[in-house]
Order: sequence, then C-alpha cells, then structure tokens
Amino acid sequence: MINTFMGNLGHLMTIVAFVSALVTAYSYFQYFKASEIEKASWRRFSRFSFYIHAVSVVMIAFSLFEIIYNHRYEYFYAYSHSSKALPVHYMISSFWEGQEGAFILWAFWNVILGVILINTNKFWEGPVMLVFALVQAFLISMIMGVVIWDLKIGSSPFMLLRDATQAPIFQLQPDFVPEDGTGLNPLLQNIWMVIHPPTLFLGYASTLVPFAFLIGGLVTKRYSEWIRPALPWAIFSAMILGMGIIMGAYWAYVTLNFGGYWNWDPVENAVYVPWLIMVAAIHTMITFKKSATALKTSIVLVILSFILVLYATFLVRSGVLGDASVHSFTDLGLSGQLLIYMLFFLVIAVFLAARAWKHIPTSEKEADVYSREFWIFLGAMTLGLMSFQIILPTSIPAWNALVESFGGISNMAPPADPVEFYTKFQLWFAVVIALLTAVGQYFWWQKMDRKALKDALVTPYIISVLLSAAVIVLTKVYDWKYIIVVLAGMFTIVANSVILLRILRKSTFKLAGGSLAHIGLGMILIGIMFSSGYSDVISINMSGLTYSNSWEDEMNKEHVLLWINKPTQMKDYTVIYRGRQKKVVGVPEYVPSKILESTGKVNEALALEDYKDYFKKGDLVNIVLEENDYFKIDYMQNETLQFSLSPMSQFNEGMGGLISSPDSKIYLDKDLYTYVAAMNDSADPEWKEDENYEVAPGEQFHIADFVTYFDGAEVLKEIEGYELQEGDIAVKAKLRVLDYDVEKQLNPTFIIRNGQVGKLPVIDDELGLKVSLENILPEQNKFVFKVNQYQKDYVVMKAIVKPYINVLWIGTIIMLFGLTVAIVRRFDEFAKMRDKGLE
Amino acid sequence: MKKGHIIGLCIIAVAIAIIMTSIGDASSYENFDTAWEMKQDGDDKAIHVVGQLKKDAAGQVTGLEVREDKTSFTFVLVDNDGTEQKVFYNEPVPADFQRSESVVVIGSYREKEIFVADKILMKCPSKYQETDVQSAGM
Repeated sequence: MINTFMGNLGHLMTIVAFVSALVTAYSYFQYFKASEIEKASWRRFSRFSFYIHAVSVVMIAFSLFEIIYNHRYEYFYAYSHSSKALPVHYMISSFWEGQEGAFILWAFWNVILGVILINTNKFWEGPVMLVFALVQAFLISMIMGVVIWDLKIGSSPFMLLRDATQAPIFQLQPDFVPEDGTGLNPLLQNIWMVIHPPTLFLGYASTLVPFAFLIGGLVTKRYSEWIRPALPWAIFSAMILGMGIIMGAYWAYVTLNFGGYWNWDPVENAVYVPWLIMVAAIHTMITFKKSATALKTSIVLVILSFILVLYATFLVRSGVLGDASVHSFTDLGLSGQLLIYMLFFLVIAVFLAARAWKHIPTSEKEADVYSREFWIFLGAMTLGLMSFQIILPTSIPAWNALVESFGGISNMAPPADPVEFYTKFQLWFAVVIALLTAVGQYFWWQKMDRKALKDALVTPYIISVLLSAAVIVLTKVYDWKYIIVVLAGMFTIVANSVILLRILRKSTFKLAGGSLAHIGLGMILIGIMFSSGYSDVISINMSGLTYSNSWEDEMNKEHVLLWINKPTQMKDYTVIYRGRQKKVVGVPEYVPSKILESTGKVNEALALEDYKDYFKKGDLVNIVLEENDYFKIDYMQNETLQFSLSPMSQFNEGMGGLISSPDSKIYLDKDLYTYVAAMNDSADPEWKEDENYEVAPGEQFHIADFVTYFDGAEVLKEIEGYELQEGDIAVKAKLRVLDYDVEKQLNPTFIIRNGQVGKLPVIDDELGLKVSLENILPEQNKFVFKVNQYQKDYVVMKAIVKPYINVLWIGTIIMLFGLTVAIVRRFDEFAKMRDKGLE
Repeated sequence: MKKGHIIGLCIIAVAIAIIMTSIGDASSYENFDTAWEMKQDGDDKAIHVVGQLKKDAAGQVTGLEVREDKTSFTFVLVDNDGTEQKVFYNEPVPADFQRSESVVVIGSYREKEIFVADKILMKCPSKYQETDVQSAGM
C-alpha cells in the first residue's frame, strides 16, 4: 500500500508555512505602524504567527526526512535521491541533494535566525521580522507545488512518483512502489557533503540579518543606528559563508578529480563574490562605528551582499548556466520565481536607500592619507573590484539568455581557461589586499603621520623581507610574481603578528579578532601560491617510448598507464598498481576484491579466503558501498615500499557511469595527490581466440607473456561446490604463473563422469586469462591447456604534488577563528547598548 | 585635483580594464566551419563547439580511437550544422563519454584534419528516465 499521509502532511505544512509567513509580514507591518497602546497586542500576535510558521517549517523538514529515512520510494524525492544501501548520515545528504531540500534547509535556518532575533532585540523586532517574513514567503513558495491555471508556483518535494513521471507501469499498477531508489550521487557521499551544504546555507541565510537591520534603519529613519546590531551578524555571516566555501573547496579537493580545490567554476564564483562583498561591508561598518564615515558605502555593500546571494541562487538553480558549469542544477521551472524574488528585494532596497540618500549623514572632510578611513576605503574598493572582475565573466551565460530572450543572438562563452583568466587579476588584487591589511592595521590602532608610520612599519618590513628571503631560497621560488606574493603575504603575517602581540600585552584578547583574521589571510595567500603555483604533476610518462611519432608526442602526457604488478618509474618514485580492493565493515584496512564474491544481496559478499584475523574463508562479510572500488597503488623508493594510496572509483548505473575520487598522502610540507582517470572494464570481457599448449608436468612454458610452471596434477577426492559421484574422476592441474614479483596459482580442473568430460576453467581477472584443462594424454604424459586472453588489469593514473597546502588550511582556520573573536566582541557591544535601553 | 577624484579615476580605469579583458578573453560558441575560418585568419584563440558523437546506424559511437598508452584519444564530433570533425583530446577517455547526449569541446584547430580539445564538457542523459522507473519495477 502506498503511503500518502507523510506527503499530504508535508504539503499541508508547506501551505501553512506560506500563509503564516504572509500573515506574519502583515501583522509585523501593523505592529510597526501601530500606536504605542496597540503595539503590545500586535507584537504578541506577530510572534504567535511567526512561531506557527517556525513549527510548520520544522514539520516540512521532518516530513521530508521521514520519507527518505523510511525508504518511501512511492515519493519522487526519496526515489530519485536515496537508496536502501545508504547509511543514515548520507540520507541527510540526500535530503538536500535536490533543490527543494536545499530551499527547505535555507528556510529552516532563516527560522532559527528569526527566533534568535526576536529574543535578542527590543527596538528592531518589527521591521527586521517584517523583512524576514517576506523572505520566508518567497522561499516557501519555491516548494509549494501549486498550479493556478497555467501558472506553476514552486516544485513540491512531496510529489508521488506516479505523478512526477509518466512511467507506463503506473497505468497497470497505480499503487506500484519501486523496490529501491536510484541512490545518492556518489560525489555527494562524503562527510564534507553532510556538513558543507548546511554551513553554506546558514551563510546564505545569515546575509539576510544585516540586510534586514538596514531596511529597518531606512524605514525608521535611524540611518546610522542599524550598524551596531547588524555588525556582529555581518561578521557571523562572513565567517559562516567563508567556512562553507572552504568546506566546499576541501570537499572538491578530496572528492573531485580536477586536481585541486578551486576551479573558478561559475558555481564557486557565485558564492565567493557575496563573501568578498560581505567582508568589504564589515570593514566599512567598523570604520563607521569609529569615525562616522563610509555609511553610504556600508549601505550599498550590505544591499549588494544580500542581492548577490540571491543572484548566486538564480545563476546556479535556474538552469541558465547550462553547460557552462560542471555542477549546475537542472531547471525546475523556478527561474521566473527566482528572478522575481531577487528583483523584489533589489527594487525595495534601492527605493528605500534612494529615498533616504540625502538624509544619510556623511562627513564632509576629505579623508586624510594618514587616516584609517582612507586605507579601509581603499581595501573595500579593491574587494569591490575583485568581485566585479569575477562576477562579470561568470554572468556571460545569463547575458546570453538575456539577449536571446529579446530575440538577439549572442555566442559569447566563458573564458576557455578560467584558472589562467581569473588568476591574472585576482593574484594582484590579493597582493594589494595583503599589503593594505598590513598597513591598515597600524592606522587602526594609533594615530599616524608620515614619521610614525615609517617607525611603525620599518621593523615588520625588515623582518618580513628576511623571512621571505629565507622562504624563497629554501623552497626555490624563482618566479618574480610568486616572489611578490610571498613578500606581500609575509608582510601581512608579520605586521599583524606585531599588532597582535601588542594587543595581547596591553589589552584583552577580545580585540585580537582583526589581526588574527589578517594573519590567516597572509597564510592563505602563501598557501595558495605554493599549492597551486608550484603544483607539480609527477605522473609524466617516463618510459621514453614514443607512440605515434607526431606532434602528439610533444604534448605533455600527464597520465601514466600502470599494468597490474608492473613497476613504472615516475619522478622520484617507482609505482606499482596492485589490484582492486573493497571496504569491509569491521576491517580497518582495504580488502582485496579477488577474495570476495558477491552473494547477490546488497553490500554482502562471501569470503573466498581467510583475511588476517578479520574473517575466515566462507564467512559472509558486509561491504561498505559495494559499488566502490579502491585501487591499490604502491609507491616505492629504493626498492622499498614507502606507502600505498587507494584512490576510489564508483560505478553507478543509475547515476550515469563512473565517478572517481582521489587519495592523498599527506606530509607536513606537501600532499601527494593521486587519482585514477581510467581503468579496465572486466565486467564483460571479449576473449581472444583459443591458444592450446601441450605440457608435461614439471615443464616451464609461456602463457602470453607470463612465465608459467606446470607443477603437476593431482586426483581430487572432492571439489568445492560440486557433488562428486561414485566412479567420477577429477583431476586438478597446478599451474604457477609469474607476473613480475607476483606468483599466482591457477588450478583448472577436469572431470570425467560416465565417459563424459567436464571442464572447470579458471578465470583470473587481474591477468586477463581464462585457462582450462582440455585433455590429458596419458601415453605422452602430457596435459593440454586451452588459454584465452583478454587484457591485463590496468589503471591510468595521475599524481600531483601540492606543496605547503597545509599552510592554506591552517590559514583558513586562523582566519575563521579571528572572525569568531570579532563576533563575540561586536555582539558584546550591541548587548551592552541594548541593556542600557538605548537600542 | 582632490585625492578622492584620483582614486575615483583609478577605480574607473581598473573597471574599464576588467570589462575590456572580460570581453577580449571571453571565448565564443562556434561551429567547425567558422572555427576553421578563424584558424585560417590566424586566430588561435580557444573556442567552444557544441556537437554530438558520430554514431552508426545501430546507434553505436564510431570513430573513437584510443592511443596505445590509453592517455589520449581521438573521436569524431558532428557539430550542430552536421559537419564532422576528428578531435584529439590529450586525456584518458572520460568514463561516461560514450553515453553523453552532447559534447562541448573547448580548443582550436591544429590543422584541417585535427581539432585539439583542451577541455571537454559532457551533457549526460538526465538522471531519471521514465524507462528507469520501469526497469526498477522488473
């Protein structure tokens, strides 16, 4: 029987959430307008309504998760995003694999933030929550799945499979429920994909808070007071969004095989830009708090950061990127709705800001070169230009769509080599930013003039030049561009460290957020320079063989072909591919696939041999995701094994083929990153024609290229998996096949029953051999073997050394920590003012 | 002139430089004929060509030749105007290459016979085909 209750509940809750969001918006509007006497009752009602909304959003999430968790494949969402073999933490990823789930997640975070804001603010509740409720109405409408005449509003995740597809089976059997779902995209089966999307969406959601305070400030004509409550949230937003971006980059590094952590893909760019703008906004807001300048800039930046998050959502989820991005989403028909959502808030914000513009206080006097405002302003402008340089080319597909919607033709395409294109600019912007943070911090903490500046900077300058020189010499950085990056990064680190020490000595740790974040920035810059600029492909073909003697040989071959067991020279290492492995429940290491035989049940296998102390021959073992193969690659130096890596690949029929993930050897000063780009497909081998060999026991001969010893034969009393009857004769031949340093026993068997001959051939997938004992010639004392060849197992592999990538990761952690310290400080300031009743 | 103006002018100058390079470095969608014309005009810029793999009557992909060391291959791409072109790609064959509905090659002509792709983007059949639901029920 199919379940319709959960879906109906979810859908009902969606409608409740939508209606309650509109009611909340209306009543907060009334609360805002109401006279002092009526305010209390409007506020009570508004809060009540918002809490109903909050509960219904939680119920939507609950319903959807229940459907996934209980494998209710009568629902399209569970069917297309989950499967029975998934462990619970990946079911959580299934929840937000689809766009509808992602919108629910976003709405959920907004609700959490809304509840916190209601309980931490006095004055701002009305206008802020009005903006929140409107945003929620838009978000919930994305998952409404209501059709009014021909207009489809939103795409519901609670659709039944039979309504979502036109599969013929439902005409015969309307209550048909598929046995299993199509599974979660294997790329998302990674622990970082469990925590990266919630973090990123919390980042998305939190950009709303400063925006809502700003709108509140504009409508209540408190043009500058909104900064104080908004600032801790703006820093929070930058911290979480930054963390989400880094997690995504780390996920890409450990899961995807493009060989790095950042690819300048439109989807990455679309999130990176609002983060840059938010960081710029934080700086101008802090300046304003200190010296009453840069208010207009702050307003523009806060609006931009919120609108750019919506623009990012539009780009990624409307399908407009099409084939410009590796990971854009399919079009659910929401592009119009997303566009209205974005334009609605853009128009409102621009209108309110424009109306208030001439009343917004500005400082008339020109910022002095020796003032912090001047330097912060330069920094904010640089961040703005950085963003502009990224968002402009990223929007090319949107531009094409715009031109085409007016009947024109535009054949512009994104830059062919995005990494080179973006780096060309971003490198120099980053250097400027690094230098500005170093200098800016000195202005921040003390009054400066020409002489004081010189005195303050001369020591850090000398230290950083000396340190840079050491780094440059020791790590052989000889490219002038990279030398400048090292200098700039080092200058930031040293200058901010000096400030940090001074703060710690004189004042409290609470004030150290800024200098910590900037130290992190310097490390990130240096880490990126090394790990990307000096990333070294070591899997260059060193065999010296040329294959085609044409221009093709001049192209860098960045992959090597590894035949199984065959040692291959690769830069400083000799590498050997040692075969496929599986991950088995309860075994801490990978287990060779050849000793496991699938039982036909999901994730279950029969052990064909003992494996250490973990399991015995004949045991049933549980495999962790049976589609995953781990290819064992041994790295040797001086004939001794240094380490083994096991890059993964997964063959997933439902998801469209093969996906592979890298494995890295992590050193303190570098990562050795390895992935498999292609492999042998031994599922359905095409055997070559028969070869026959007549061999006497004890003789040595060659099968294909393999030296083979025929060690004799024995008569068997019993054969595994085969019932021997009275009078049967079974003979097992013992062949020893040598493949480099590996010796394999192949035992083809020959059975005679009532004058009939039966043969049990052996197949070795690794060697690509099928050997059967064809005949026994007693008078000549010879055995006849029939051999069919296919192909030895192989992988095509790429290996890259990424130096000092840990500097990048440590830098990001320090930066995030610095931002957290700043949040605490700014929230304290706000709370103090609020408790004095001033806000 | 005030400092503010100088900074303003600098920002405008950088912004203009960004716009110019964005337009200048932007690639374009071409077909093989226009791509070859560009090559003959001495324009070696990498361009995008959208097309499909050449298939025989039985719907099997033809013209795929993998090099002996399996690290590169050539294939035949038919662009949207029906022009066939042999394309070289200096990478192993991507896993679901033969299943792809359409292929975008980013690169340029080397000579008339061979188009060298620096990068390939594939559009694979959408994940949920109606037939899938049916086969899942079998």
